[in-house]
Amino acid sequence: MPTNNSETSRRFVFPKWSNLLRPALAVLMIGGPLYLTALAWYGGSPKTLDIGYAPVQPVPYSHALHAGKLGLDCRYCHSSVESAAFAAVPPTQTCMNCHAKVRANSEKLALVRESYATGMPIPWVKVHDLPDYVYFNHSAHVRRGVGCVECHGRVDRMEVVSQVETLSMAWCLDCHRNPTPRLRPPEFVTQMDWTPGEDPAALGQRLRQERNINPSTDCYTCHR
Amino acid sequence: MTTAVIDNTNDNPRARSPLVLGDTSLTRVTDLVCSVYERPATRGWYIAFGISASLTLLLFAMIGYLFARGIGVWGLNHPVGWAFDITNFVFWVGIGHAGTLISAILFLFRQKWRTSINRSAEAMTIFAVACAGIFPLIHIGRPWLAYWLFPYPNQMAMWPGFRSPLLWDVFAVSTYATVSLLFWYMGMVPDLATMRDRATTRPRQIAYGLLSLGWRGSNRHWLRFEKAYLLLAALATPLVLSVHSVVSFDFAVSVLPGWHTTIFPPYFVAGAIFSGFAMVLTLLIPVRQIFGLKDLITPKHLDNMTRIILATSLMVGYSYAIEFFIAWYSGNSFELFAFLNRSLGPYWWAYWIMVTCNVIVPQVFWFKFFRSNTTAIFITSLLVNVGMWFERFVIIVTSLHRDYLPSSWGMFKPTAVDLLTMLGSFGLFFTLFLLFIRFLPFVAMAEVKSVMPHVLHEAGPTALGDYWGDAPRDHRAPDKGAH
Repeated sequence: MPTNNSETSRRFVFPKWSNLLRPALAVLMIGGPLYLTALAWYGGSPKTLDIGYAPVQPVPYSHALHAGKLGLDCRYCHSSVESAAFAAVPPTQTCMNCHAKVRANSEKLALVRESYATGMPIPWVKVHDLPDYVYFNHSAHVRRGVGCVECHGRVDRMEVVSQVETLSMAWCLDCHRNPTPRLRPPEFVTQMDWTPGEDPAALGQRLRQERNINPSTDCYTCHR
Repeated sequence: MTTAVIDNTNDNPRARSPLVLGDTSLTRVTDLVCSVYERPATRGWYIAFGISASLTLLLFAMIGYLFARGIGVWGLNHPVGWAFDITNFVFWVGIGHAGTLISAILFLFRQKWRTSINRSAEAMTIFAVACAGIFPLIHIGRPWLAYWLFPYPNQMAMWPGFRSPLLWDVFAVSTYATVSLLFWYMGMVPDLATMRDRATTRPRQIAYGLLSLGWRGSNRHWLRFEKAYLLLAALATPLVLSVHSVVSFDFAVSVLPGWHTTIFPPYFVAGAIFSGFAMVLTLLIPVRQIFGLKDLITPKHLDNMTRIILATSLMVGYSYAIEFFIAWYSGNSFELFAFLNRSLGPYWWAYWIMVTCNVIVPQVFWFKFFRSNTTAIFITSLLVNVGMWFERFVIIVTSLHRDYLPSSWGMFKPTAVDLLTMLGSFGLFFTLFLLFIRFLPFVAMAEVKSVMPHVLHEAGPTALGDYWGDAPRDHRAPDKGAH
């Protein structure tokens, strides 16, 4: 059908209000991708997703009390940290070393006593949980003088332990590429409030040289 | 100009052969092209659409099965780590090249005959690239992590391997898809406006009204349009050469005998144009027959395309020959073994299917009888499609299946999933093409009109040389035709 005048007059013309859709479309086309990018950037970031993770534990154990106020060394409970990949979560027997006498009848320790009696371990919830394809070794880091506080934060002030660092791959690589600011003499690794008595950069450099610390950034260092 | 010209394939020195046959009024071009989608869909279209849509569903079912079960459902395994997946990818990417060549390079070289076929060839390009894009995505083991291919800031502080041709591929193919889509859509805007103006139902008026972006055909619109079209053509031109060169780097940059050759980029580009023109012919011959477009897609168009097929077939044949020559001349025993094994080893049949379809069969186009016989052209184009698929299969599988150590030798057998996935990709391609026939302008109406005699002779806005860059003409044609 050719377009003659009568045909032309019946042509559909977009109503006036549809002009308003054009700026709306422009806003959508520019703002939409921006919004999605911001959403993915912020919402998908380990800073948003992982920092602050503080699960409720079956026993209201306070690190602030034990490690902070009472001054227990980390290694009293996490005894394998210097010699094994995994920093052991203590068996109930370790708790009972003290709690057989101290606050032996406390309501809060009912589960500990029950666990001790039955031999069933307390179901602690893991806070610092790396993906299964990451092989992290505590002993390799602790024996080279990376303090507990560098990754776990001030645990000695935490009533409930929460995650303070992202534990993301980029975060691991930051330190593997430049470990000097995180190094300290190995005898101070568990000391939460340790400060270097000298220029931290110079100390880190010296420690690195002395102990020949050259962290690898090959894939197979962490992924086997 | 007589309207009785039927054979426009002769090069008559006294008069240019017309590019549109029959009654050459401008209205007729519009009516012809618009009749393709304005007439109700025939039973044949529904049957074809039903089959291809079912195959598309099959493709998605196979992909779903693949994702659920893993790559093991395919026949590839060590040492043949690439097989149907990459064969299909290279095949479909190659098909696309004819569209870009016709739309960009033939435009810049002022090949006016391109106007009748460029729209459908560009559509074919888009659909072929869509089919091609699926395969690299599904062949990676964990397709949900495919975005790792792109360099984006991430919590892993990791970037893709910038020195890997696989990454260059990501950029080459995505650029190609983007530019082709823009070029296709932008060139379609004036025709979409025609469809909008002819539309009789409200949904069509609104849909084409939105798609035509307010085109009114004013001089200012045409000025901008022509400038943009020229710029996009210039942008798309390097893509014709770059995309398949980069695809060939996937092989050539490795150190595998049979892949590691410097001839690969030009050889792949020639093969891509070869296969692309074959696919254009496979699609256009039935369409011009069924929808009565023989006056627009004339014997001259088919003749020109068969000449391109012949030329590119010779280039491809030369590449096959020179590969063997270099394998011998290099004195490298592994290289020589790879090529002897390719032609005489366990996959000899695939190699000889490739040589027959790609080198021997197209030689019929030396003869005018075959160049002007539609059935012969159609059959040859189908055989070239088969041959070009086998070329990629031969390059990939025969180079991989004999590793350096005989203990690492193996054979590839496609599984049913392999075959059905390939079949499904054809289903997707034809589904998209059938929808294109029904809903978009199949021939670039505005461009065809610009190469018709009375438009070329007309004064007015085109007096200083038309949009094709011709010298101005002095005389006016007596009949201006009806707009």
